[in-house]
Amino acid sequence: MATLIGLVVLAACLLLAARTSEFYPSSLAAGVPRIGEYFSRIAPSLEWSKLFASVDTEGSLAFWFYRLDAWGLLLFETAQMAALATLSGAAVALLLAFPAAKNLGAPAWAYQLSRRFLEATRTVPEIVFALIFVWAFGVGALAGILAIAIHTGGALGKLFADAMENVEMRPWDGVRASGGTWFEACRFAILPAALPDLLSYAMLRFEINLRSASVIGFVGAGGIGEELYKVISFNYYEEISAIILLIILSVMAIDLTSERLRRRAIEAAA
Amino acid sequence: MTPVEIASWQARVPRAFGPSPRGRAMRVLGGVAFLAWLVGTLWWFDVSPARMWNGLNGLLVITRLMIPPSPGEQWVEILHGLAESLAMAFLGTFIAAVIAVPLGFMGANNVVTNTLFRFSLRRFFDGFRGVDQLIWALAYVRAVGLGPLAGVLAIATADIAVLAKLYAEAIENAEKKQAEGIAAAGGSPTLIMRFGILPQVAPIMLGHALYFFESNTRSATILGVVGAGGIGLQIAERIRVRHWDEVAFIIILMVLMVAAIDWLSGKVRRRLIGVR
Repeated sequence: MATLIGLVVLAACLLLAARTSEFYPSSLAAGVPRIGEYFSRIAPSLEWSKLFASVDTEGSLAFWFYRLDAWGLLLFETAQMAALATLSGAAVALLLAFPAAKNLGAPAWAYQLSRRFLEATRTVPEIVFALIFVWAFGVGALAGILAIAIHTGGALGKLFADAMENVEMRPWDGVRASGGTWFEACRFAILPAALPDLLSYAMLRFEINLRSASVIGFVGAGGIGEELYKVISFNYYEEISAIILLIILSVMAIDLTSERLRRRAIEAAA
Repeated sequence: MTPVEIASWQARVPRAFGPSPRGRAMRVLGGVAFLAWLVGTLWWFDVSPARMWNGLNGLLVITRLMIPPSPGEQWVEILHGLAESLAMAFLGTFIAAVIAVPLGFMGANNVVTNTLFRFSLRRFFDGFRGVDQLIWALAYVRAVGLGPLAGVLAIATADIAVLAKLYAEAIENAEKKQAEGIAAAGGSPTLIMRFGILPQVAPIMLGHALYFFESNTRSATILGVVGAGGIGLQIAERIRVRHWDEVAFIIILMVLMVAAIDWLSGKVRRRLIGVR
């Protein structure tokens, strides 16, 4: 009986959602062939015999990636944006995590203020920050970096604070008992113990930020996203697949290296 | 302790007296390299104190204009946008969760024994993950036109691969005894999947799907920025015409909706799966 009710509720929700999002059979039937057509146009026209020919031959890899140098630079810029944003976001997160960790006994107003600030910056999506920052700081990478950084600060700050709450408290008692100030206790009792966790969270966040940095250019905030937005808007079909392939490859490469680095950092710190 | 004793201890345990000269040099070098990178990138991105100052001033003006938030005159339109975002997230997640089930079975090593096929399928899933939802949304907007349909398709496509991967892992971790029992009683592979594996993994799959619904509710609020329906379009429009009080109002509503869905989905999850 409960299953039946559940299914009825699910069906009702689905119908309502389909109605609200204009997901009608007719629009789907009209849309699906166009999707197939679009993606077949995006796919590059490569020919086996000419695969490694020069840039001028149609059907070669070089022809497909004819602007590899410019795209490479943009990808590098995107990675730098992600790195800067992660770094500054992590710095903000680190500063706010100490008052936001419940066990460290920061004053109530500082705890509430930092927790609420982290919540607010975490829940508002990066793109919304980017849209606003593009107005304030002008079009360009700076707006994107700040947008990703502030969102990262919120997300990492909570993780950092949670990591600090799980730290063994005896070193803290020791530092406090021997007359250390609150700041000294944070620096010498909490930070060393929490550092491996913090590093690993920050590196994971870098991977996430690389993905965000690749699309934040859609609203004019720098990186490869601006170029991607342009080629999609102007229907430069083959360039779309080339850029997306480059993004996938670089994200995969960074994921792999970052995973290795993370493991080494944890081992070195442990 | 005499200086002689100290010197002898220093010779015996040099690390206890601080880092070695080489270690110190490496630290300084690392610091210098880091600073050089920082200054270089900041210069490359044209970040100057004056620009930061102007930007912060602009931000202050915007914040002041945001207070008090006001709905403007288009209440209905805003609510409709929110409902559209929610519907997009729900439908997109549902489609992805359904399509990902067979794909997950195909990617699990205790179901499909062909290593080459499974390996390439897994790498294909990984590649899909690198493409952000917004990229899919932009592409679908070009393919099927502006509107929430593009958003639903974008959410579904971006999630299929990730959900399939998670499902495959859940299936691989399933207890083998039930499947072996059915095989021993002469059940076909389909029966093994249906009665040996599916009952075990269904709650896990459902849990993943609900998590994705929560996360998609967040992302569906911004897909409208590229024209794929939902509240994002209205935010982008109001920012373009600088109605900051309305922007603040919509952001607050967005945050409230996301919080409500998190709460609801958490409740449903606990109800269906039991407390974890």
